[in-house]
Amino acid sequence: MATDLCCLTISQLLPLFVQRQVSPVEVTQSFLERIARLDPELKAYLTVDGEGALSQAREAEARYARGEAGPLDGVPLALKDVLATKGLRTTCASRILEHFVPPFDATVVARLREAGAVFLGKVNMDEFAMGSSTENSAFGVTHNPWARDRIPGGSSGGSAAAVAADLCTASLGSDTGGSIRQPASHCGVVGLKPTYGRVSRFGLVAYASSLDQIGPLTKEVRDAALLLEVIAGHDPRDSTSAMVAVPNYLEKLGEEIKGVKIGVPREYFGEGLDPEVEAAVRAALKTLSDLGGEILEVSLPHTSYAVATYYIIAMAEASSNLARYDGVKYGARQKARTLMEMYTQTRTAGFGPEVRRRIMLGTYTLSAGYYEAYYRKASQVRTLIRRDFDQAFETCAVLATPVAPTPAFRLGEKVSDPLTMYLSDIFTISANLAGIPGISLPCGISREGLPIGLQLLGPPFGEPQILKVAYAFEKATDFHRRKPPLP
Amino acid sequence: MVLSRDEVLHVARLARLTLKEEEVDLFTRQLNDILSYMAQLREVDTEGVPPMAHALTAFNVFREDEVTLGLPREAALANAPDREEGGFVVPRVI
Repeated sequence: MATDLCCLTISQLLPLFVQRQVSPVEVTQSFLERIARLDPELKAYLTVDGEGALSQAREAEARYARGEAGPLDGVPLALKDVLATKGLRTTCASRILEHFVPPFDATVVARLREAGAVFLGKVNMDEFAMGSSTENSAFGVTHNPWARDRIPGGSSGGSAAAVAADLCTASLGSDTGGSIRQPASHCGVVGLKPTYGRVSRFGLVAYASSLDQIGPLTKEVRDAALLLEVIAGHDPRDSTSAMVAVPNYLEKLGEEIKGVKIGVPREYFGEGLDPEVEAAVRAALKTLSDLGGEILEVSLPHTSYAVATYYIIAMAEASSNLARYDGVKYGARQKARTLMEMYTQTRTAGFGPEVRRRIMLGTYTLSAGYYEAYYRKASQVRTLIRRDFDQAFETCAVLATPVAPTPAFRLGEKVSDPLTMYLSDIFTISANLAGIPGISLPCGISREGLPIGLQLLGPPFGEPQILKVAYAFEKATDFHRRKPPLP
Repeated sequence: MVLSRDEVLHVARLARLTLKEEEVDLFTRQLNDILSYMAQLREVDTEGVPPMAHALTAFNVFREDEVTLGLPREAALANAPDREEGGFVVPRVI
Protein backbone atom coordinates (compact mmCIF):
# COMPACT_ATOMS: atom_id res chain seq x y z
CA MET A 1 0.00 0.00 0.00
CA ALA A 2 2.73 2.44 1.00
CA THR A 3 4.44 2.29 -2.39
CA ASP A 4 1.10 2.31 -4.23
CA LEU A 5 0.36 5.72 -2.72
CA CYS A 6 3.45 7.08 -4.46
CA CYS A 7 2.16 5.97 -7.89
CA LEU A 8 -1.08 7.93 -7.65
CA THR A 9 -1.77 11.03 -9.70
CA ILE A 10 -3.03 14.29 -8.20
CA SER A 11 -6.52 13.60 -9.51
CA GLN A 12 -6.46 10.14 -7.87
CA LEU A 13 -5.10 11.41 -4.55
CA LEU A 14 -7.47 14.33 -3.99
CA PRO A 15 -10.72 12.29 -3.71
CA LEU A 16 -8.98 9.86 -1.33
CA PHE A 17 -8.06 12.81 0.89
CA VAL A 18 -11.55 14.28 0.69
CA GLN A 19 -13.16 10.96 1.58
CA ARG A 20 -10.60 10.62 4.40
CA GLN A 21 -9.50 7.19 3.09
CA VAL A 22 -5.88 8.27 3.00
CA SER A 23 -4.22 11.07 4.93
CA PRO A 24 -1.66 13.54 3.58
CA VAL A 25 0.71 12.54 6.41
CA GLU A 26 0.55 8.89 5.39
CA VAL A 27 1.27 9.76 1.74
CA THR A 28 4.11 12.11 2.66
CA GLN A 29 5.63 9.44 4.87
CA SER A 30 5.44 6.90 2.04
CA PHE A 31 7.30 9.29 -0.23
CA LEU A 32 9.98 10.02 2.36
CA GLU A 33 10.54 6.27 2.81
CA ARG A 34 10.68 5.71 -0.93
CA ILE A 35 13.11 8.61 -1.38
CA ALA A 36 15.34 7.19 1.38
CA ARG A 37 15.28 3.81 -0.38
CA LEU A 38 15.70 4.78 -4.04
CA ASP A 39 17.21 8.23 -4.21
CA PRO A 40 20.72 7.38 -3.02
CA GLU A 41 21.04 5.65 -6.40
CA LEU A 42 18.99 7.96 -8.63
CA LYS A 43 20.05 11.26 -7.00
CA ALA A 44 17.04 13.27 -8.11
CA TYR A 45 16.92 15.33 -4.89
CA LEU A 46 19.42 17.95 -3.76
CA THR A 47 17.54 18.71 -0.54
CA VAL A 48 14.88 16.57 1.14
CA ASP A 49 12.87 18.54 3.68
CA GLY A 50 11.27 15.69 5.61
CA GLU A 51 10.42 17.71 8.68
CA GLY A 52 8.93 20.59 6.70
CA ALA A 53 6.94 18.24 4.47
CA LEU A 54 5.46 16.34 7.42
CA SER A 55 4.48 19.53 9.18
CA GLN A 56 2.82 20.85 5.98
CA ALA A 57 1.05 17.48 5.60
CA ARG A 58 -0.27 17.68 9.19
CA GLU A 59 -1.64 21.15 8.47
CA ALA A 60 -3.27 19.81 5.29
CA GLU A 61 -4.80 17.00 7.28
CA ALA A 62 -6.25 19.48 9.75
CA ARG A 63 -7.78 21.47 6.90
CA TYR A 64 -9.44 18.33 5.54
CA ALA A 65 -10.78 17.61 9.02
CA ARG A 66 -12.26 21.13 9.15
CA GLY A 67 -13.57 20.87 5.58
CA GLU A 68 -11.43 23.83 4.46
CA ALA A 69 -9.08 22.09 2.03
CA GLY A 70 -7.50 23.97 -0.88
CA PRO A 71 -7.36 22.72 -4.48
CA LEU A 72 -4.04 20.85 -4.01
CA ASP A 73 -4.27 20.20 -0.30
CA GLY A 74 -1.85 17.53 0.89
CA VAL A 75 -0.35 16.80 -2.55
CA PRO A 76 3.41 16.10 -2.22
CA LEU A 77 5.49 17.95 -4.81
CA ALA A 78 9.18 18.33 -5.66
CA LEU A 79 10.47 21.73 -6.77
CA LYS A 80 13.32 22.32 -9.18
CA ASP A 81 16.09 24.00 -7.18
CA VAL A 82 15.82 27.12 -9.35
CA LEU A 83 12.66 28.25 -7.48
CA ALA A 84 13.08 30.35 -4.36
CA THR A 85 11.63 28.71 -1.24
CA LYS A 86 11.48 30.83 1.89
CA GLY A 87 13.72 29.38 4.57
CA LEU A 88 14.72 26.36 2.42
CA ARG A 89 18.12 26.28 0.70
CA THR A 90 17.94 27.13 -3.02
CA THR A 91 21.17 26.31 -4.83
CA CYS A 92 20.44 26.38 -8.57
CA ALA A 93 22.85 23.39 -8.51
CA SER A 94 25.69 25.90 -8.25
CA ARG A 95 28.55 26.24 -5.77
CA ILE A 96 27.99 29.98 -5.76
CA LEU A 97 24.53 29.51 -4.17
CA GLU A 98 25.38 26.36 -2.20
CA HIS A 99 24.27 27.87 1.13
CA PHE A 100 21.74 30.41 -0.10
CA VAL A 101 18.51 30.48 1.92
CA PRO A 102 15.94 32.75 0.22
CA PRO A 103 14.11 35.28 2.40
CA PHE A 104 11.00 34.93 0.18
CA ASP A 105 8.96 32.43 -1.84
CA ALA A 106 8.76 32.47 -5.63
CA THR A 107 5.22 33.46 -6.64
CA VAL A 108 4.51 29.93 -7.94
CA VAL A 109 5.67 28.48 -4.61
CA ALA A 110 3.47 30.91 -2.69
CA ARG A 111 0.49 29.95 -4.87
CA LEU A 112 1.10 26.24 -4.35
CA ARG A 113 1.41 26.80 -0.58
CA GLU A 114 -1.85 28.72 -0.63
CA ALA A 115 -3.44 25.76 -2.48
CA GLY A 116 -2.23 23.42 0.29
CA ALA A 117 0.63 21.60 -1.48
CA VAL A 118 3.31 19.75 0.50
CA PHE A 119 6.94 20.29 -0.56
CA LEU A 120 9.10 17.17 -0.25
CA GLY A 121 12.24 19.01 -1.28
CA LYS A 122 14.32 20.54 -4.05
CA VAL A 123 15.45 18.55 -7.08
CA ASN A 124 18.57 18.50 -9.22
CA MET A 125 19.17 20.41 -12.46
CA ASP A 126 21.94 21.68 -14.69
CA GLU A 127 23.72 24.57 -12.97
CA PHE A 128 21.60 27.72 -13.50
CA ALA A 129 19.41 25.61 -15.84
CA MET A 130 22.18 25.62 -18.46
CA GLY A 131 22.30 22.19 -20.01
CA SER A 132 20.35 19.32 -21.53
CA SER A 133 21.42 16.40 -19.34
CA THR A 134 21.63 17.56 -15.67
CA GLU A 135 25.33 16.63 -15.87
CA ASN A 136 26.24 20.29 -15.32
CA SER A 137 24.99 20.18 -11.72
CA ALA A 138 27.75 21.09 -9.28
CA PHE A 139 26.35 18.44 -6.91
CA GLY A 140 26.48 15.31 -9.05
CA VAL A 141 24.52 13.68 -11.85
CA THR A 142 20.96 12.36 -11.71
CA HIS A 143 20.34 8.95 -13.26
CA ASN A 144 17.50 8.11 -15.63
CA PRO A 145 15.13 5.76 -13.75
CA TRP A 146 14.63 3.73 -16.95
CA ALA A 147 18.35 3.03 -17.39
CA ARG A 148 20.88 4.02 -14.76
CA ASP A 149 23.64 4.68 -17.31
CA ARG A 150 21.52 7.28 -19.16
CA ILE A 151 20.92 10.97 -18.59
CA PRO A 152 17.46 12.00 -17.34
CA GLY A 153 17.51 14.95 -19.73
CA GLY A 154 17.87 18.54 -18.61
CA SER A 155 17.89 21.00 -17.30
CA SER A 156 14.88 19.86 -15.18
CA GLY A 157 16.35 16.33 -14.95
CA GLY A 158 15.72 15.97 -11.22
CA SER A 159 12.05 16.88 -11.68
CA ALA A 160 11.52 14.38 -14.51
CA ALA A 161 13.39 11.57 -12.75
CA ALA A 162 11.52 12.18 -9.47
CA VAL A 163 8.11 12.07 -11.19
CA ALA A 164 9.04 8.98 -13.26
CA ALA A 165 10.42 7.09 -10.23
CA ASP A 166 7.38 8.01 -8.09
CA LEU A 167 9.53 10.04 -5.70
CA CYS A 168 6.88 12.80 -5.78
CA THR A 169 3.33 13.14 -7.11
CA ALA A 170 4.34 15.94 -9.48
CA SER A 171 7.02 18.60 -9.87
CA LEU A 172 7.61 22.10 -11.13
CA GLY A 173 10.47 22.77 -13.53
CA SER A 174 11.56 25.64 -15.74
CA ASP A 175 11.96 25.67 -19.52
CA THR A 176 14.24 28.13 -21.34
CA GLY A 177 14.98 25.99 -24.41
CA GLY A 178 13.23 22.70 -23.70
CA SER A 179 14.25 22.12 -20.09
CA ILE A 180 10.81 20.82 -19.06
CA ARG A 181 9.78 19.01 -22.26
CA GLN A 182 13.04 17.20 -23.09
CA PRO A 183 13.58 15.59 -19.65
CA ALA A 184 9.86 14.72 -19.52
CA SER A 185 10.31 12.94 -22.85
CA HIS A 186 13.45 11.10 -21.70
CA CYS A 187 11.82 9.95 -18.46
CA GLY A 188 8.39 9.04 -19.87
CA VAL A 189 6.32 11.70 -18.06
CA VAL A 190 4.24 14.72 -19.08
CA GLY A 191 5.91 18.16 -19.20
CA LEU A 192 4.21 21.46 -20.03
CA LYS A 193 5.93 24.73 -20.94
CA PRO A 194 3.30 27.47 -20.81
CA THR A 195 3.10 30.53 -23.06
CA TYR A 196 5.71 33.17 -22.16
CA GLY A 197 4.04 35.41 -19.57
CA ARG A 198 1.40 32.84 -18.55
CA VAL A 199 3.19 32.10 -15.24
CA SER A 200 4.99 34.64 -13.05
CA ARG A 201 8.78 34.34 -13.03
CA PHE A 202 9.17 36.17 -9.70
CA GLY A 203 11.51 34.05 -7.57
CA LEU A 204 12.69 31.94 -10.51
CA VAL A 205 16.48 32.37 -10.59
CA ALA A 206 17.00 34.10 -13.94
CA TYR A 207 18.86 32.46 -16.82
CA ALA A 208 17.49 34.07 -20.02
CA SER A 209 14.63 36.32 -19.03
CA SER A 210 12.92 36.63 -22.42
CA LEU A 211 12.75 32.82 -22.71
CA ASP A 212 12.38 31.40 -19.17
CA GLN A 213 9.03 29.96 -18.14
CA ILE A 214 7.93 27.77 -15.20
CA GLY A 215 5.72 24.74 -15.75
CA PRO A 216 4.61 21.36 -14.39
CA LEU A 217 6.01 17.83 -14.86
CA THR A 218 3.37 15.23 -14.03
CA LYS A 219 2.34 11.58 -14.44
CA GLU A 220 -0.69 12.49 -16.58
CA VAL A 221 -2.01 15.32 -18.75
CA ARG A 222 -4.86 16.10 -16.37
CA ASP A 223 -2.44 16.83 -13.54
CA ALA A 224 -0.52 19.26 -15.73
CA ALA A 225 -3.77 21.15 -16.37
CA LEU A 226 -4.57 21.15 -12.64
CA LEU A 227 -1.16 22.51 -11.64
CA LEU A 228 -1.09 25.11 -14.40
CA GLU A 229 -4.41 26.48 -13.25
CA VAL A 230 -2.99 27.06 -9.76
CA ILE A 231 0.28 28.71 -10.84
CA ALA A 232 -0.92 30.75 -13.87
CA GLY A 233 -2.01 34.37 -13.84
CA HIS A 234 -0.77 37.93 -13.59
CA ASP A 235 1.57 38.88 -10.76
CA PRO A 236 2.34 42.52 -9.94
CA ARG A 237 5.89 41.39 -9.05
CA ASP A 238 6.58 40.25 -12.64
CA SER A 239 5.77 42.97 -15.15
CA THR A 240 6.13 40.45 -18.00
CA SER A 241 3.39 38.22 -16.60
CA ALA A 242 0.40 38.59 -18.91
CA MET A 243 -2.85 40.35 -18.01
CA VAL A 244 -4.79 37.52 -19.62
CA ALA A 245 -7.56 35.73 -17.71
CA VAL A 246 -6.74 32.15 -16.66
CA PRO A 247 -9.22 29.73 -18.24
CA ASN A 248 -10.49 26.52 -16.66
CA TYR A 249 -7.92 24.14 -18.11
CA LEU A 250 -9.86 21.02 -17.12
CA GLU A 251 -12.97 22.10 -18.97
CA LYS A 252 -11.92 21.09 -22.47
CA LEU A 253 -10.29 17.80 -21.42
CA GLY A 254 -12.37 14.92 -22.73
CA GLU A 255 -13.77 16.88 -25.67
CA GLU A 256 -13.43 15.05 -28.97
CA ILE A 257 -10.71 16.11 -31.35
CA LYS A 258 -12.72 15.38 -34.49
CA GLY A 259 -11.79 17.90 -37.19
CA VAL A 260 -9.00 19.50 -35.13
CA LYS A 261 -6.27 20.52 -37.56
CA ILE A 262 -2.90 19.12 -36.49
CA GLY A 263 0.09 20.45 -38.41
CA VAL A 264 3.22 18.39 -38.91
CA PRO A 265 6.23 20.61 -39.72
CA ARG A 266 8.29 18.81 -42.35
CA GLU A 267 11.55 20.36 -41.12
CA TYR A 268 11.23 18.33 -37.89
CA PHE A 269 11.51 14.99 -39.68
CA GLY A 270 14.84 15.26 -41.43
CA GLU A 271 18.41 14.17 -40.99
CA GLY A 272 19.52 13.38 -37.45
CA LEU A 273 16.14 12.11 -36.29
CA ASP A 274 16.50 8.64 -34.79
CA PRO A 275 14.40 6.12 -36.81
CA GLU A 276 12.77 4.73 -33.67
CA VAL A 277 11.76 8.22 -32.52
CA GLU A 278 10.38 8.97 -35.98
CA ALA A 279 8.41 5.70 -36.02
CA ALA A 280 6.92 6.39 -32.57
CA VAL A 281 5.91 9.95 -33.51
CA ARG A 282 4.44 8.82 -36.86
CA ALA A 283 2.46 6.15 -35.01
CA ALA A 284 1.21 8.84 -32.63
CA LEU A 285 0.07 10.92 -35.62
CA LYS A 286 -1.84 7.87 -36.89
CA THR A 287 -3.53 7.57 -33.48
CA LEU A 288 -4.49 11.26 -33.54
CA SER A 289 -5.84 10.80 -37.06
CA ASP A 290 -7.86 7.74 -35.96
CA LEU A 291 -9.35 9.93 -33.22
CA GLY A 292 -10.62 12.31 -35.89
CA GLY A 293 -7.74 14.79 -35.98
CA GLU A 294 -6.97 16.21 -39.39
CA ILE A 295 -3.25 15.80 -40.08
CA LEU A 296 -1.67 18.23 -42.53
CA GLU A 297 1.92 18.93 -43.46
CA VAL A 298 3.17 22.46 -42.80
CA SER A 299 6.50 24.24 -43.11
CA LEU A 300 8.51 26.21 -40.55
CA PRO A 301 11.26 27.31 -42.93
CA HIS A 302 13.61 28.92 -40.39
CA THR A 303 13.84 25.84 -38.15
CA SER A 304 17.46 25.08 -39.01
CA TYR A 305 18.52 28.50 -37.66
CA ALA A 306 16.80 28.08 -34.31
CA VAL A 307 19.75 26.58 -32.40
CA ALA A 308 22.17 29.34 -33.38
CA THR A 309 19.55 32.04 -32.74
CA TYR A 310 18.63 30.58 -29.38
CA TYR A 311 22.15 30.24 -28.04
CA ILE A 312 23.15 33.78 -29.05
CA ILE A 313 20.11 35.26 -27.30
CA ALA A 314 20.19 32.97 -24.26
CA MET A 315 23.90 33.49 -23.63
CA ALA A 316 23.64 37.26 -24.04
CA GLU A 317 20.82 37.41 -21.51
CA ALA A 318 22.69 35.01 -19.21
CA SER A 319 25.86 37.08 -19.20
CA SER A 320 23.83 40.07 -18.07
CA ASN A 321 21.67 38.18 -15.54
CA LEU A 322 24.59 36.40 -13.91
CA ALA A 323 26.54 39.63 -13.40
CA ARG A 324 24.73 39.81 -10.04
CA TYR A 325 26.85 36.98 -8.59
CA ASP A 326 29.64 39.17 -7.29
CA GLY A 327 29.99 37.87 -3.75
CA VAL A 328 28.66 41.06 -2.15
CA LYS A 329 25.10 40.49 -0.93
CA TYR A 330 24.81 36.69 -0.95
CA GLY A 331 26.59 33.62 -2.20
CA ALA A 332 29.97 32.06 -1.58
CA ARG A 333 32.65 34.79 -1.49
CA GLN A 334 36.34 34.20 -2.08
CA LYS A 335 38.58 36.30 0.14
CA ALA A 336 40.77 38.78 -1.73
CA ARG A 337 42.69 42.01 -1.19
CA THR A 338 40.88 44.18 -3.71
CA LEU A 339 37.26 44.41 -4.78
CA MET A 340 38.10 43.45 -8.37
CA GLU A 341 40.00 40.36 -7.26
CA MET A 342 37.14 39.45 -4.98
CA TYR A 343 34.66 39.59 -7.90
CA THR A 344 36.87 37.60 -10.22
CA GLN A 345 37.89 34.93 -7.75
CA THR A 346 34.34 34.55 -6.40
CA ARG A 347 32.90 34.05 -9.88
CA THR A 348 35.70 31.76 -11.06
CA ALA A 349 35.40 29.50 -8.04
CA GLY A 350 31.60 29.65 -7.92
CA PHE A 351 30.62 28.86 -11.52
CA GLY A 352 31.11 25.54 -13.34
CA PRO A 353 32.62 25.33 -16.85
CA GLU A 354 29.35 25.46 -18.85
CA VAL A 355 28.14 28.54 -16.98
CA ARG A 356 31.48 30.24 -17.54
CA ARG A 357 31.38 29.34 -21.26
CA ARG A 358 27.94 30.85 -21.66
CA ILE A 359 28.78 34.00 -19.71
CA MET A 360 31.89 34.49 -21.84
CA LEU A 361 30.08 33.92 -25.14
CA GLY A 362 27.31 36.29 -24.07
CA THR A 363 29.86 38.89 -23.00
CA TYR A 364 31.58 38.57 -26.37
CA THR A 365 28.43 38.75 -28.54
CA LEU A 366 27.23 41.85 -26.67
CA SER A 367 30.59 43.61 -26.73
CA ALA A 368 31.29 46.68 -28.85
CA GLY A 369 31.74 45.82 -32.51
CA TYR A 370 30.06 42.41 -32.36
CA TYR A 371 26.56 43.30 -31.16
CA GLU A 372 25.13 43.86 -34.66
CA ALA A 373 26.57 40.63 -36.10
CA TYR A 374 25.36 38.41 -33.28
CA TYR A 375 22.70 39.72 -30.91
CA ARG A 376 20.87 42.02 -33.31
CA LYS A 377 21.01 39.48 -36.13
CA ALA A 378 19.69 36.73 -33.85
CA SER A 379 16.86 39.01 -32.65
CA GLN A 380 15.84 39.54 -36.28
CA VAL A 381 15.93 35.82 -37.07
CA ARG A 382 13.83 35.34 -33.95
CA THR A 383 11.14 37.49 -35.57
CA LEU A 384 11.25 35.25 -38.65
CA ILE A 385 10.91 32.13 -36.48
CA ARG A 386 7.93 33.67 -34.72
CA ARG A 387 6.35 34.54 -38.10
CA ASP A 388 6.77 30.92 -39.25
CA PHE A 389 4.64 29.84 -36.29
CA ASP A 390 2.08 32.62 -36.75
CA GLN A 391 1.59 31.46 -40.29
CA ALA A 392 1.31 27.77 -39.36
CA PHE A 393 -1.29 28.59 -36.70
CA GLU A 394 -3.42 30.38 -39.28
CA THR A 395 -4.34 26.94 -40.59
CA CYS A 396 -3.59 24.61 -37.66
CA ALA A 397 -4.87 24.43 -34.09
CA VAL A 398 -1.77 22.61 -32.87
CA LEU A 399 1.52 21.30 -34.27
CA ALA A 400 2.83 17.80 -33.54
CA THR A 401 6.58 17.03 -33.53
CA PRO A 402 9.22 14.89 -31.82
CA VAL A 403 10.61 16.33 -28.56
CA ALA A 404 14.22 15.20 -28.91
CA PRO A 405 16.06 13.68 -31.87
CA THR A 406 17.04 10.56 -29.91
CA PRO A 407 15.99 8.78 -26.71
CA ALA A 408 18.09 9.57 -23.61
CA PHE A 409 21.79 9.39 -24.39
CA ARG A 410 24.46 7.91 -22.12
CA LEU A 411 25.94 9.76 -19.16
CA GLY A 412 29.22 11.30 -20.28
CA GLU A 413 28.44 10.88 -23.99
CA LYS A 414 28.15 14.57 -24.91
CA VAL A 415 29.39 16.42 -21.86
CA SER A 416 32.83 17.23 -23.29
CA ASP A 417 31.38 18.59 -26.55
CA PRO A 418 29.10 21.55 -25.79
CA LEU A 419 28.04 22.18 -29.41
CA THR A 420 26.79 18.60 -29.89
CA MET A 421 24.87 18.96 -26.63
CA TYR A 422 23.26 22.21 -27.89
CA LEU A 423 22.15 20.51 -31.12
CA SER A 424 20.06 18.02 -29.12
CA ASP A 425 17.69 20.94 -28.29
CA ILE A 426 16.72 21.46 -31.93
CA PHE A 427 13.00 20.59 -31.62
CA THR A 428 12.22 22.41 -28.38
CA ILE A 429 13.97 25.78 -28.54
CA SER A 430 11.82 27.38 -31.25
CA ALA A 431 8.83 27.41 -28.89
CA ASN A 432 10.82 29.51 -26.40
CA LEU A 433 12.00 31.92 -29.08
CA ALA A 434 8.40 32.35 -30.30
CA GLY A 435 6.98 32.40 -26.75
CA ILE A 436 4.40 29.70 -27.51
CA PRO A 437 3.23 26.82 -25.28
CA GLY A 438 4.32 23.21 -25.72
CA ILE A 439 3.66 19.89 -24.04
CA SER A 440 5.65 16.66 -24.10
CA LEU A 441 3.87 13.38 -23.45
CA PRO A 442 4.90 9.71 -23.67
CA CYS A 443 4.25 8.12 -27.09
CA GLY A 444 6.57 5.13 -27.27
CA ILE A 445 9.34 2.97 -25.86
CA SER A 446 12.52 2.21 -27.79
CA ARG A 447 13.85 -1.34 -28.26
CA GLU A 448 16.33 -0.60 -25.48
CA GLY A 449 13.44 0.25 -23.18
CA LEU A 450 13.78 4.05 -23.23
CA PRO A 451 10.76 6.39 -23.35
CA ILE A 452 10.01 8.50 -26.42
CA GLY A 453 7.96 11.71 -26.31
CA LEU A 454 5.51 13.52 -28.55
CA GLN A 455 5.49 17.32 -28.56
CA LEU A 456 2.34 19.36 -29.18
CA LEU A 457 2.75 23.10 -29.74
CA GLY A 458 0.01 25.72 -29.70
CA PRO A 459 -0.38 29.42 -30.46
CA PRO A 460 0.14 31.97 -27.63
CA PHE A 461 -2.28 31.14 -24.77
CA GLY A 462 -3.34 28.00 -26.67
CA GLU A 463 -2.80 25.77 -23.61
CA PRO A 464 -6.47 24.60 -23.63
CA GLN A 465 -6.15 23.17 -27.13
CA ILE A 466 -2.80 21.43 -26.66
CA LEU A 467 -4.06 19.95 -23.37
CA LYS A 468 -7.20 18.75 -25.09
CA VAL A 469 -5.32 16.98 -27.91
CA ALA A 470 -2.75 15.59 -25.43
CA TYR A 471 -5.53 14.25 -23.20
CA ALA A 472 -7.29 12.59 -26.14
CA PHE A 473 -4.02 10.91 -27.15
CA GLU A 474 -3.33 9.78 -23.61
CA LYS A 475 -6.80 8.24 -23.23
CA ALA A 476 -6.30 6.26 -26.42
CA THR A 477 -2.87 4.90 -25.41
CA ASP A 478 -1.17 3.43 -22.36
CA PHE A 479 2.39 4.78 -22.65
CA HIS A 480 1.86 7.08 -19.66
CA ARG A 481 1.10 4.05 -17.46
CA ARG A 482 4.40 2.29 -18.18
CA LYS A 483 6.77 2.40 -15.25
CA PRO A 484 10.57 2.27 -15.17
CA PRO A 485 12.13 -0.95 -13.81
CA LEU A 486 12.87 -0.02 -10.18
CA PRO A 487 13.53 -2.24 -7.17
CA MET B 1 39.42 31.14 -35.93
CA VAL B 2 37.05 33.86 -34.81
CA LEU B 3 38.64 34.35 -31.40
CA SER B 4 42.34 34.24 -30.62
CA ARG B 5 43.74 32.98 -27.34
CA ASP B 6 44.39 36.55 -26.22
CA GLU B 7 40.86 37.60 -27.09
CA VAL B 8 39.50 34.72 -25.02
CA LEU B 9 41.51 35.99 -22.05
CA HIS B 10 40.24 39.51 -22.69
CA VAL B 11 36.60 38.35 -22.76
CA ALA B 12 37.19 36.42 -19.52
CA ARG B 13 38.46 39.65 -17.91
CA LEU B 14 35.40 41.56 -19.14
CA ALA B 15 33.19 38.87 -17.58
CA ARG B 16 35.17 39.02 -14.30
CA LEU B 17 36.39 35.45 -14.71
CA THR B 18 39.83 33.89 -14.86
CA LEU B 19 40.79 30.75 -16.74
CA LYS B 20 43.25 28.20 -15.44
CA GLU B 21 46.23 27.71 -17.73
CA GLU B 22 45.00 24.27 -18.84
CA GLU B 23 41.53 25.68 -19.59
CA VAL B 24 42.63 28.41 -21.99
CA ASP B 25 43.19 26.18 -25.03
CA LEU B 26 40.07 24.12 -24.35
CA PHE B 27 37.90 27.23 -24.01
CA THR B 28 39.48 28.81 -27.09
CA ARG B 29 38.61 25.73 -29.16
CA GLN B 30 35.09 25.35 -27.74
CA LEU B 31 34.17 29.03 -28.04
CA ASN B 32 35.43 29.06 -31.63
CA ASP B 33 33.40 25.94 -32.52
CA ILE B 34 30.26 27.55 -31.12
CA LEU B 35 30.85 30.96 -32.73
CA SER B 36 31.54 29.32 -36.11
CA TYR B 37 28.25 27.45 -35.81
CA MET B 38 26.47 30.71 -34.95
CA ALA B 39 27.93 32.35 -38.03
CA GLN B 40 25.41 30.46 -40.20
CA LEU B 41 22.89 33.21 -39.36
CA ARG B 42 24.74 35.36 -41.89
CA GLU B 43 22.96 33.37 -44.62
CA VAL B 44 19.56 34.64 -43.51
CA ASP B 45 18.17 37.68 -45.28
CA THR B 46 17.00 39.95 -42.47
CA GLU B 47 16.77 43.17 -44.49
CA GLY B 48 13.97 45.25 -42.97
CA VAL B 49 13.05 42.61 -40.35
CA PRO B 50 12.47 44.21 -36.94
CA PRO B 51 14.37 42.61 -34.05
CA MET B 52 12.29 40.75 -31.46
CA ALA B 53 13.42 41.27 -27.89
CA HIS B 54 10.40 39.72 -26.27
CA ALA B 55 7.62 37.24 -26.96
CA LEU B 56 4.87 39.56 -25.80
CA THR B 57 4.29 43.07 -27.01
CA ALA B 58 6.17 45.17 -24.49
CA PHE B 59 4.28 47.93 -22.75
CA ASN B 60 4.97 50.19 -19.81
CA VAL B 61 3.68 49.07 -16.45
CA PHE B 62 2.55 51.83 -14.14
CA ARG B 63 1.40 51.71 -10.56
CA GLU B 64 0.45 54.18 -7.89
CA ASP B 65 3.47 55.57 -6.06
CA GLU B 66 2.55 54.08 -2.71
CA VAL B 67 4.87 53.23 0.13
CA THR B 68 4.90 49.48 0.78
CA LEU B 69 7.03 47.32 3.04
CA GLY B 70 10.29 46.13 1.49
CA LEU B 71 12.47 43.28 2.63
CA PRO B 72 13.32 43.83 6.32
CA ARG B 73 17.00 44.72 6.81
CA GLU B 74 17.76 41.57 8.81
CA ALA B 75 16.31 39.34 6.07
CA ALA B 76 18.23 41.22 3.38
CA LEU B 77 21.48 40.77 5.29
CA ALA B 78 20.89 37.15 6.28
CA ASN B 79 22.86 35.70 3.33
CA ALA B 80 25.65 38.29 3.38
CA PRO B 81 29.16 36.81 3.23
CA ASP B 82 30.40 39.68 5.41
CA ARG B 83 28.41 42.36 7.24
CA GLU B 84 28.86 45.09 9.79
CA GLU B 85 26.56 47.67 11.37
CA GLY B 86 23.61 46.83 9.14
CA GLY B 87 25.56 46.94 5.87
CA PHE B 88 27.47 44.70 3.47
CA VAL B 89 31.24 44.71 3.87
CA VAL B 90 33.54 44.54 0.83
CA PRO B 91 37.32 44.87 0.45
CA ARG B 92 38.59 48.45 0.62
CA VAL B 93 37.81 50.34 -2.61
CA ILE B 94 39.69 53.61 -2.09
